[in-house]
Amino acid sequence: MAPVKVADGQNPLRDAADRRLPRIAGPSGLVIFGVTGDLARKKLMPAVYDLANRGLLPPGFGLTGFARRDWEDQDFRKIAHDAIKENCRTPFDEAVWEQLSKGIRFVSGEFSDDQAFARLATTVQKLDEERGTAGNHAFYLAVPPSAFPLVCEQLAESGLSQSKPGTWRRVVIEKPFGHDLTSARELNDVVERVFPPESVFRIDHYLGKETVQNLLALRFANQLFEPIWNANYVDHVQITMAEDIGIGSRAGYYDGIGAARDVIQNHLLQLLALTAMEEPVSFDAAALRAEKEKVLSAVRLPRDLGRHTARGQYDGGWQGGEEVLGYLEEEGMNADSTTETYAAIRLDIDTRRWAGVPFYLRTGKRLGRRVTEIAIVFKRAPHLPFDLNETQELGQNAIVIRVQPDEGVTIRFGSKVPGTAMEVRDVTMDFGYGHAFTESSPEAYERLLLDVLLGDPPLFPQQREVELSWEILDPIIDYWATHGKPESYRPGTWGPPSADPMLARDGRTWRRP
Amino acid sequence: MIITLKGTNTSEIGAKLVDLREEGGAVALGRVLTLVIVASGDDIEPAVEAANIASREHPCRVIVVDPGDGRKSAGLDAEIRIGGDAGASEVIMLRPTGPARREVDTLVIPLLLPDAPIVLWWPHDPPEDMAADPLGKMAQRRISDVDACTRPIESLRGLAKTYTPGDTDLSWARVTLWRGLVAAALDEPPYETVRSVQVLGNGSRPSTYLFAAWLAAALKVEVTIKHEAGASAITGITLDRRSGPITMRRPEGSAVVTLAQPGQPQLQIAMAMRPLADCLMEDLRRLDPDEIYELALVKGRPKVTTA
Repeated sequence: MAPVKVADGQNPLRDAADRRLPRIAGPSGLVIFGVTGDLARKKLMPAVYDLANRGLLPPGFGLTGFARRDWEDQDFRKIAHDAIKENCRTPFDEAVWEQLSKGIRFVSGEFSDDQAFARLATTVQKLDEERGTAGNHAFYLAVPPSAFPLVCEQLAESGLSQSKPGTWRRVVIEKPFGHDLTSARELNDVVERVFPPESVFRIDHYLGKETVQNLLALRFANQLFEPIWNANYVDHVQITMAEDIGIGSRAGYYDGIGAARDVIQNHLLQLLALTAMEEPVSFDAAALRAEKEKVLSAVRLPRDLGRHTARGQYDGGWQGGEEVLGYLEEEGMNADSTTETYAAIRLDIDTRRWAGVPFYLRTGKRLGRRVTEIAIVFKRAPHLPFDLNETQELGQNAIVIRVQPDEGVTIRFGSKVPGTAMEVRDVTMDFGYGHAFTESSPEAYERLLLDVLLGDPPLFPQQREVELSWEILDPIIDYWATHGKPESYRPGTWGPPSADPMLARDGRTWRRP
Repeated sequence: MIITLKGTNTSEIGAKLVDLREEGGAVALGRVLTLVIVASGDDIEPAVEAANIASREHPCRVIVVDPGDGRKSAGLDAEIRIGGDAGASEVIMLRPTGPARREVDTLVIPLLLPDAPIVLWWPHDPPEDMAADPLGKMAQRRISDVDACTRPIESLRGLAKTYTPGDTDLSWARVTLWRGLVAAALDEPPYETVRSVQVLGNGSRPSTYLFAAWLAAALKVEVTIKHEAGASAITGITLDRRSGPITMRRPEGSAVVTLAQPGQPQLQIAMAMRPLADCLMEDLRRLDPDEIYELALVKGRPKVTTA
């Protein structure tokens, strides 16, 4: 009996049939810039802990925080401990925390301080020696994009961005990826001057959500839906991402950006791409990207942007029993701001599959309730063997993919009302993720962080997709910039009055999500 | 809510379930499987509790068959638990007595969810041949737990003899984290062939045995179990390689594994013993035959030596 050979990429203990064996990240460390921010405290650090608790992080994982605060390692450990305890999804286990905390480091400094980055380089190197992180490090830039150039430059200068053979260095950036096509390219140039394209991970946390991944399963693992997923049967598609909150204290970030740049450019256009794309030949990153890019490049804007888009800005008033401020009254806001907090646009896709099927995208703050969904609305049956009275209450069939909250899928169709008369009315058939599967599926950030550490890119948009999205959005934003102020709308409603005629012109109405 | 039905039959139970659904609407529809548990006496409650926890990930209908007393007169008592008393599942307990214990599969058939897979679980002694058992025959997945048997290693041998695709033992899930750790160690340089393996721990527990058996089958090397008196489970492993051994140790009572190998810092990682519900949850995740379990149980197990 000769022992089975072990080699690089050849591990006899790994077997494709062994589906119990967890995917554990290899030796590695994570450096978070902007570790005092909300994202790091509420999402990133808890996600790191949850991964550790699920046994998916390597022994000796290193977590380094970088910020301006004058902290020692133990101060940061305390902050991390509290943030994790408050926000982790899995139960807090002291033993897991104790092991994790041994790999926690803190480096204090400004982004402009060469010394600080030299200290960071030393810290990372020490982690390699003490914790066995083996030279593999991911840098998470949880900082405003304006700081990217400086941080990237410092990473390059301090040698942190260069990997030795057999090791990796990766950089993770969050939206917004620029504010238009030009700036997106500039931003990308800055990052890619320092890191090769395959080492840049752009996080769109929506793509890490179970429901979004389920969209692919729903479409491509079933025989039931794909045959009708085209212009022969689909009347139109509505993609909605609504928030019931205002911008709060984020005036500095939000003003000048607005709903279209903040949400449509990334989340909604990604959802559109996943809804409309052709079947990829496989589920590896390149194949998925090819299909998404194809469909994004086939998107056509309406000729008359004024008639087929709408925008608004929320007013102050009473919403759900609470008095809320109008956008222009928010703290630190420029009182003449023309930034939109509601945006709705119509897009067409010039492919055989979608010819004549409009995609309506809308997003906004201070809307009726917090909801994200994709609604595929079908054409009416070509012939109804009932008279008009009998089908008065029958709407159009629809498949609604609820991304959040209450993740799941709803199908709307007509059913006979009990009684002697033939009467048909809409009913819903409901699949709730929470009913059929776990009550707590992994957080999007858990999945995405693990993918970064494993170097698994399918869920991350690439630069080409980012550029294509800006090419779609730029003309609309330019049009709005030259056409006065956005219309105001009452908080807690479904947007400005002009949103309704926008669809009425096409003979359609918005769904109430 | 707990509803008790005395002197009943399955159609009455079925009708009651439909009533409850119409009344409460609370009984969710999205069940993905039926879990049948064969248990009696003190084994019932811990098993139902584990199933309730597992049902949060795999909403299921749980049917407990309690073989009960054969000497009593024929009859069937039942209990339905829904809502807070049943996690994300609904639990139906069947207690047939006397001759009603015959043809037990016909008791269960009317209560199975349509189309959904069936999983059979024997928390204590499994039948001699699970796949030939009238209930086991219906199931896609048959889960034993020979750890609870009086002579576990002998029972493990029995499982190997009658292995049919779709069988698993919960002791296999108990070693998943260990397996993951060892596999991850071989993913990293220096990529060296393993020459021999020593597993430390309680040699009379099936999990220790299956872990060793898996390594023997996958690596095709000599694997020895070094029995440690007083150990409750696996306490460590040594993988011998040319440049020196990889050792992992989890001393009895500790929840931390210490890893060491030449030229690298000593590392530690938290790894507690897995609770029963976790293991069950893992087993319900995939219902197709577990070929790797078969490999360990049938091929690897005879190769393991104990010292």
